[in-house]
Amino acid sequence: MADLTTTFIGITSPNPFWLASAPPTDKEYNVRRAYEAGWGGVVWKTLGEAGPPVVNVNGPRYGAIWGADRRLLGLNNIELITDRPLDVNLAEMRRVKRDWPDRALIASLMVPVNEDAWREILHRVEDTGCDGVELNFGCPHGMSERGMGSAVGQVPEYVGQVAAWCKKHSTLPVIVKLTPNITDIRKPALAAKEGGADAVSLINTINSITSVDLDTFSPEPSIDGKGAHGGYCGPAVKPIALNMVAEIARDPATRGLPISGIGGVTTWRDAAEFMALGAGNVQVCTAAMTYGFKIVQEMISGLSQYMDDKGLTSVSHLVGRAVPNVVNWQDLNLNYIAKARISQDDCIKCGRCYAACEDTSHQAIAMSGDRVFTVKDDECVACNLCVNVCPVEGCITMERLQPGAVDPRTGAVVQPDYANWTTHPNNPGRCAAE
Amino acid sequence: MTDSALTPGIVAGRLERENMIENFTDLHPPLDNHEALVAADRCYFCHDAPCITACPTSIDIPLFIRQIATGTPEAAARTILSQNILGGMCARVCPTETLCEEACVREAAEGAPVQIGRLQRYATDVLMARGVHPFARATPGGRRVAVVGAGPAGLACAHRLAMHGHDVTIFEARSKPGGLNEFGIAAYKSTDNFAAREVAWLLQIGGISVATGRRLGREVTLTELQQDHDAVFLGIGLGGVNALGLAGEDREGMRDAVDFIADLRQAEDLARLPVGRDVVVIGGGMTAVDAAVQAKLLGALNVTLVYRRGRDRMNASRFEQDLAASKGVRIVTNATPIAVHGNGAVREVEFEYSDDVLTATGQRFRLTADQVFKAIGQTLEGANLPALDGRKIAVTGPGRTSLPGVWAGGDCAAGGDDLTVTAVAEGRNAAEDIHATLIAEG
Repeated sequence: MADLTTTFIGITSPNPFWLASAPPTDKEYNVRRAYEAGWGGVVWKTLGEAGPPVVNVNGPRYGAIWGADRRLLGLNNIELITDRPLDVNLAEMRRVKRDWPDRALIASLMVPVNEDAWREILHRVEDTGCDGVELNFGCPHGMSERGMGSAVGQVPEYVGQVAAWCKKHSTLPVIVKLTPNITDIRKPALAAKEGGADAVSLINTINSITSVDLDTFSPEPSIDGKGAHGGYCGPAVKPIALNMVAEIARDPATRGLPISGIGGVTTWRDAAEFMALGAGNVQVCTAAMTYGFKIVQEMISGLSQYMDDKGLTSVSHLVGRAVPNVVNWQDLNLNYIAKARISQDDCIKCGRCYAACEDTSHQAIAMSGDRVFTVKDDECVACNLCVNVCPVEGCITMERLQPGAVDPRTGAVVQPDYANWTTHPNNPGRCAAE
Repeated sequence: MTDSALTPGIVAGRLERENMIENFTDLHPPLDNHEALVAADRCYFCHDAPCITACPTSIDIPLFIRQIATGTPEAAARTILSQNILGGMCARVCPTETLCEEACVREAAEGAPVQIGRLQRYATDVLMARGVHPFARATPGGRRVAVVGAGPAGLACAHRLAMHGHDVTIFEARSKPGGLNEFGIAAYKSTDNFAAREVAWLLQIGGISVATGRRLGREVTLTELQQDHDAVFLGIGLGGVNALGLAGEDREGMRDAVDFIADLRQAEDLARLPVGRDVVVIGGGMTAVDAAVQAKLLGALNVTLVYRRGRDRMNASRFEQDLAASKGVRIVTNATPIAVHGNGAVREVEFEYSDDVLTATGQRFRLTADQVFKAIGQTLEGANLPALDGRKIAVTGPGRTSLPGVWAGGDCAAGGDDLTVTAVAEGRNAAEDIHATLIAEG
């Protein structure tokens, strides 16, 4: 079993799996049970200012979308930050950290954008013994209407300013949690970096309405016939999160800024993908909310086995391994030519590849009278749609045509050298060969 | 074991009434809403789906399952019923394991097909529970069609003709409509009087009158029907039964399986229906299995089904064979009856083993029997019928017979499997051809 010990911005935890700041981390009872289950760290549910706590709605807080067999694919929530008194949370955090010193404990914070408010809260959380703070600039519902959460995260200047205050008034490592409800994620990330933040975490949830009740015409989740947009999370948001993580990891201005990856991490594989794209660890919420804390055991065993298989002895060896392979479209090799291949042994003859290709792609799959499906190489552009709609994993694959072979679609010989759009003859702005 | 289970002879009440009722509940219980959604989620919505091809009535199965999955079972039912107006019964009695579910790609993928039959039942049950009939009758055009036989073929034909605006009279020999759905299918496949309820629901289309107690060749002749109607459809089934051709065949306790099944279906109180202690069923088709299983469920102590060829030649599907075995029926194959012994009443049936081409081996055995059900096939009955092809009415295309203006379909017509669903398809197709013919005649 590979050692999964992870050190992220100086905070060591026995594995890279942290629970994100969210409903599962709202109180001592949950956090203790999460640590007992094996979670490497916990970001406590976001704390607000002292005084009367926020109140939550008393109706449904979550909406969802499902895949086959009602498997939860996406969750939407309208819960606000902790609605328990600040003192209660701080006392619980102190006790938990005392009893679990080897686990990471991070305080998530959200107070109004003024220096005094941040200084006050920082001083109070430092006393808990927590390992760091995460600035919640991502929460897209409710708190944003009050000028906090994503209302801050959407203004890079605010992000940088608050990060700077936090570094000024605290010795704790500072993580800035970013909202994806913005056009270019690199801008707030750069602001956080320039403000002195130690790391960014992303993504927070995405503005969303999960569904509409077609009897009452209320958005879901419905509170007395009305609905407000919520924050979307779960497996459905993973592709969006991966891209944003990669953008920060590969941009020269933000490259090297530590990232805590968040967004639909459900299995060890998801976690490994985030880390390969530059995340130093991951935070999980929806998967725990769907299946309970026990899922971390699969994440631990799966990542360990993968690292053993790959000969990796430290989690850090995985971090960023895929980043050099994330490029702009114009850098993709246009001389890479593939064709779909259908394994007749694996094919169950559902014909979905045929329907997809015939109706919506390139008419490159033939169907015989006895339901044998074969690829027409002279039409196939290797779009991959057949692979994606096939219900049998591995039945359809993409195989590269070797250099020297003739592509039956174009009649051209496959060239061995790399050539991209920047040098393509059809590109009016191509770079002249020098 | 109760004393009555051991009572020799043919007696009633071998089981407690509650046990008997339990024995005859639904073979496949209906899916509830959750089960239906889970089952529907497994459908891959195949292109040109193999299940559709495998269905004799070509129901658009992927579409109806998607309609269930998206919360519109009534729309699903309409998809089913537009192809097969007896889709409710077919959902219960079709040998799906050799039709749609055998063709399901998930059978190929995982050995576990989508539960198409049970989903079809779910959708049709939902619609029928609402009491609505989803089809409207076209404006009546004044053409009259006689349908002979109120079984699956006749009912399907009559409904489609009525939809097209024709006036239909069904002439049925028995006292009530339904044919084999009502009289000839194991009770545990059609519970709660479903066959009769389905007919009543079907007749809501209007334009169909049912004249019972009118047997072709007795109360009514084909010539008369031709004279009084613009077209005639024969869906008369197979009224006769094959005989063993053995001495002693008329001994007490010897019965045709179809009569036993009909009695059972019409029994008001199963606890008062007599059955033997030692029952022997001769035959290898669905009728044989239905008789054997139901005899066992009524409390017969020993039930043996004897078939003259090998298991793979039995017309009963593998599922039906396994069902019989699971209920305690002993299946003996490659044995031909050669004598019925007894003094007045049957006491033993003697068999001789044979090979797969029915060559006798000389090895014989006897089975104790106080009741014997013969299920070795049924035959077409009646005189002055259209020309035959072998032992059934010859048809071309959509059920056209040798007589102009006379169509036929279902078990009485040559070609096709003797299945409810095949009969429905043939009745429906004949109706479309009759309609096209009448329209063309102007």
